[in-house]
Amino acid sequence: MLSKRIIPCLDIRNGQTVKGINFINIIEVGDPVELGKLYSEQGADELVFLDITATHEGRKTFVELVKRIAANLNIPFTVGGGISEIRDADALLAAGADKISINSSAIKNPKLIDDLALHFGSQFVVVAIDAREENKHWEATMHGGRIPTGKELFSWAKEAENRGAGEILFTSMNHDGTKQGFANEALAHLSGLLTIPLIASGGAGTMEHFADLFKHGKADAGLAASIFHFGEIAIPDLKQYLRGEGICVR
Amino acid sequence: MKVAIIKYNAGNIQSVDYALKRLGVEASVTADHEEIRSADRVIFPGVGEASTTMAYLREHKLDKLITDLKQPVLGICLGLQLMCRHSEEGDVECLGIFDETVKRFVLDHKLLPSMKIPHMGWNTISGLKSNLFDKSIEGEYCYFVHSYYATTGSDTAAICSYPEPFSAALQKNNFFAVQFHPEKSGAVGAKILENFLRLTI
Repeated sequence: MLSKRIIPCLDIRNGQTVKGINFINIIEVGDPVELGKLYSEQGADELVFLDITATHEGRKTFVELVKRIAANLNIPFTVGGGISEIRDADALLAAGADKISINSSAIKNPKLIDDLALHFGSQFVVVAIDAREENKHWEATMHGGRIPTGKELFSWAKEAENRGAGEILFTSMNHDGTKQGFANEALAHLSGLLTIPLIASGGAGTMEHFADLFKHGKADAGLAASIFHFGEIAIPDLKQYLRGEGICVR
Repeated sequence: MKVAIIKYNAGNIQSVDYALKRLGVEASVTADHEEIRSADRVIFPGVGEASTTMAYLREHKLDKLITDLKQPVLGICLGLQLMCRHSEEGDVECLGIFDETVKRFVLDHKLLPSMKIPHMGWNTISGLKSNLFDKSIEGEYCYFVHSYYATTGSDTAAICSYPEPFSAALQKNNFFAVQFHPEKSGAVGAKILENFLRLTI
């Protein structure tokens, strides 16, 4: 049976994981490759590396990093951050990335999704949507939730699918950082609308939150950052717990 | 040992090369007919669309080259599908090494309410019947990404279900093929690649 995926997300600046990551409270790891390998050995199903570098130099460093990740990691990984044209995606594919994720650039230029899917196949294209709920209305946002876009979450996600996205990564800005659980109601609605896989992000705080996500949020994968980085939840424990809850995990 | 990875207009060739390097094998990524013919092992990887890829193979006479190979050959993902008789993707005649046909998954929410297309993620393989596998791999998870699948038949060497059974692996004589990505399937995938490098036919 197809298992539910657990995906740690790593923020990268100038080729290093953003400081403050304290893996399982024991080892401090700055090198994303080493951290990625640790997660992979612990049973992470995929990894996401998000480049938060804004400079041109930093971008080149990131492509070099992607080569090292691809050479050392034997599970799939997605890279995101700053991809706004075919050329960017091409460099990352050549470096060995399995998938790319696009966010603001897709909102500014939705046709980018069609172009990327046509060039590289849908399986390569993840469309990430950061959305915020206000008065029962979910709106996609840009730049970490600061800028509203006027696009409604559900119709935008469906449009992305129709344009050729292979997966949707939905982050609820209302839940992100709260550790109070995922946006299960919106997720379940979104999952029902989509025929492509849905990755959920924002709100993970406990192992129960992941069980709720898969039972009630109907997501295909759960993504989180700090709870894994700070050793609050160890992936082997999480998988064992989910198995006990009757959820299929690897 | 000389390992050739067939280079053609498809993605994901880099990852296979990296996976072999992790096993200590320096493969050559090549479209050179003589180099492919003289290799001890040939890997036919790929992510892409079936009909355009078949057209490319025919144009570069790689179709006949592949079907005539006598050494162990391993098709991966699209590689497996192109080694079948026919694919629904672009309605194209393929290499015909295996007698199976390739069909598109159909959403069946009665049988599997959570079903999505592509079939993406980790799923179990079972019913293993090839020296590509050993007993420890029965029921293990491998990483799949695909919207089309090969039917099951006498050449089926491993089964996966989504929700209906399909060929996760095929084997006929010196031709081996897997639908999943061994280069992305963790320790299990590495073992399968290692077995392929070691096996005798």
